[in-house]
Amino acid sequence: MKLTGSQMVCESLIQEGVDVIFGLPGGAILPLYQTLPEYPALRHILVRHEQGAAHAADGYARATGKPGVAWATSGPGATNLVTGIATAQMDSVPLILITGQVPRAAIGSDAFQETDTTGITLPITKHNYLVMNASDIPRVMKEAFHIASTGRPGPVLIDLPKDVLQESAEFKYPKTVNLPGYKPATGGHPSQITKASTLINQSSKPVILAGHGIIISNAFNELKTLAEKAQIPVITTLLGISSFPENHVLSVGMPGMHGVAYASLALEEADLLIAVGMRFDDRITGKPSAFATNSKKIHIDIDPSEIGKNVKVEVPIVGDLKIVLGKINTKIKDNTHKQWLSQIDELKSNHPSLDIRDTKKLLPQYVIKELWKATKGESVIVTGVGQHQMWAAQHYQYTEPRTWITSGGSGAMGFEVPGAMGAQVGAPSKVVWSIAGDGGFQMTMGEIATMVENNIPVKFAIINNGNLGMVRQWQEFFYKKDYVATIYKNNPDFTKLAEAFHILGIRVTRKDQVKPAILEAMDYPGPVIVDFIVEEEENVYPMIPAGQTVNDMVEEPRPTKANL
Amino acid sequence: MNNLSQTSKHTISALVLDKPGVLNRISSMFRRRGFNISSLAVGQSENPNLSRMTFVVIGNNSVVEQVTKHLNKLIDVIKVLDLSSENVISRELALFRINSSPQTRSEIMNLSNIFRGNVVDVARNTMVIEITGDEGKIVSFEEMLRPFGIIEIMRTGTIALKRGMDIAINSQQPKERRNQSNWEEAASV
Repeated sequence: MKLTGSQMVCESLIQEGVDVIFGLPGGAILPLYQTLPEYPALRHILVRHEQGAAHAADGYARATGKPGVAWATSGPGATNLVTGIATAQMDSVPLILITGQVPRAAIGSDAFQETDTTGITLPITKHNYLVMNASDIPRVMKEAFHIASTGRPGPVLIDLPKDVLQESAEFKYPKTVNLPGYKPATGGHPSQITKASTLINQSSKPVILAGHGIIISNAFNELKTLAEKAQIPVITTLLGISSFPENHVLSVGMPGMHGVAYASLALEEADLLIAVGMRFDDRITGKPSAFATNSKKIHIDIDPSEIGKNVKVEVPIVGDLKIVLGKINTKIKDNTHKQWLSQIDELKSNHPSLDIRDTKKLLPQYVIKELWKATKGESVIVTGVGQHQMWAAQHYQYTEPRTWITSGGSGAMGFEVPGAMGAQVGAPSKVVWSIAGDGGFQMTMGEIATMVENNIPVKFAIINNGNLGMVRQWQEFFYKKDYVATIYKNNPDFTKLAEAFHILGIRVTRKDQVKPAILEAMDYPGPVIVDFIVEEEENVYPMIPAGQTVNDMVEEPRPTKANL
Repeated sequence: MNNLSQTSKHTISALVLDKPGVLNRISSMFRRRGFNISSLAVGQSENPNLSRMTFVVIGNNSVVEQVTKHLNKLIDVIKVLDLSSENVISRELALFRINSSPQTRSEIMNLSNIFRGNVVDVARNTMVIEITGDEGKIVSFEEMLRPFGIIEIMRTGTIALKRGMDIAINSQQPKERRNQSNWEEAASV
């Protein structure tokens, strides 16, 4: 069957089970767009900015576990994708990015809207391709999906010159890939698994540190079995949130820079750290040489290059968590760890990090907690980056995997709007709440128009403190309250903005308005912006300053008259 | 990380797909991760679709381990081997252009013979000598030539192979072996 390059791309997407593409057209990618009407199975969502397309594909991928697809034209179209690609790379999210490129003969001539897309995206993709012959498209598409979604997932970009999209060639979609340089190890080495099981059986104060890998490998049940069988408390990283039910008696929450104090302290107390699907990020370790020094460490990850990168470990295991934890679970003995668990309970009661002080003021923590209660913890939460993100991580209780979606490693403000859009497209039956900062929201709020056009009913909770709050907090703590460039003096009226987008906008300034506003938003059949005007100079506690240790932790100060 | 070992030069060999952009991917990875390359040599391998690269990297054992793992992580890299052990043949080629006069010419040729170098060009006031060997030999030869006045030096960078029948990197090797070696790397942390 002879097809054009554009038709081959669409056929390949259908073969890979893709049902939605986020994108924005332009000259170089036009042949692909003009082919789209032939493929009604491919739903195209026209975004307002290509960054929105990449983040939306990312939100879709995290909500579904399937690769998200975004495409854009050459030059600025491709460069606008970059923030979204880097975010997906840092957080191991499978994305397929397709970019138009100037015609082959024009490459290298600085043609209109020409940019070296594969060069720019080389260090922020798992792999990328510049396809110079239409006949290569089926193989490249097959490889791209395989690479993006297996092993440690990540973004794969395919750059397609305009005349390659127009060229015709024989189409036969390959069933297999031939990649001699890519074959992720999944099984885990038997002797390492035995060593790990022995350590777990011998340990009296073990703790599990679970990351994004649990969610990626669908090892939710295996993790739960491991924790319950040997009665091991579970701490989750920022991206590991929702990998273990937070209402479980063994759940200890998130450690690190803004984690709960008892989780950071438990890591320090433990004699065995079972790190699964995580990468010892500096937001958790602070000072790696002084991190969890009392424990032996088992590190299980599918990416060998993560092992030994930041922290020295005694038992490294390279493999897929679902398989490796399944094997470990058959080798470990039942245990109670009574003394250790009561020690953790003691830490919890001595360091209550999640108490919200009783005040008439509208506190952001209170808003998040009310949101959790009103949604019964059943919605999908998507956040941006900053204070609101940390409060959303702390004060909402997550019990199901893929209900917490956030830009972790790259810390991309503005993720909350298109990220939530993609998550809602991937999880149409769920209520998706975007917990947004007023700063990040304004970076990408153009996508509200996309959501209105495409009936994507995301509910926005803007935690509006009129500040770039996290940066302001750092200025307060580390720069003598010298608030340089962190205050937004003239934010737009977000409820009027809602009106301009033809959607519902609600402003909340008092505590008693919080719950009714949330319920009204969920009743409304479309996107809603709820503008929560919260206490301006509220800080996120606890805090372990960057590069420091658990001993340097600042816990919430006792309430004073001034802040009540 | 606890680094028990000293910083030193390590030779790493990689078998990679011979296609456009591969060198860029590899050099970009070195740059981005802050690894130092002391020398790099690239050439075709026994398989026309594959190139063999030899890197000399400066760092301690944990740096070399990370270099190896990040090379392995690149899709276009088929196989990576740390050749830092002693049982390795390593060679580079160097060309020296030096000042010479009728009075010094024969002395230079004598030196060149001792080092098994070849005179490949003679002009009225200069000579070009080629020499192959490991890095130490080339550095000592350079020291011997210095008094005559060195005008230019051109060096290729080190290439290396393991000695003996234990063939280290074979392009025909089944993929499973690669996983196995990942294992050993992981287990050595």
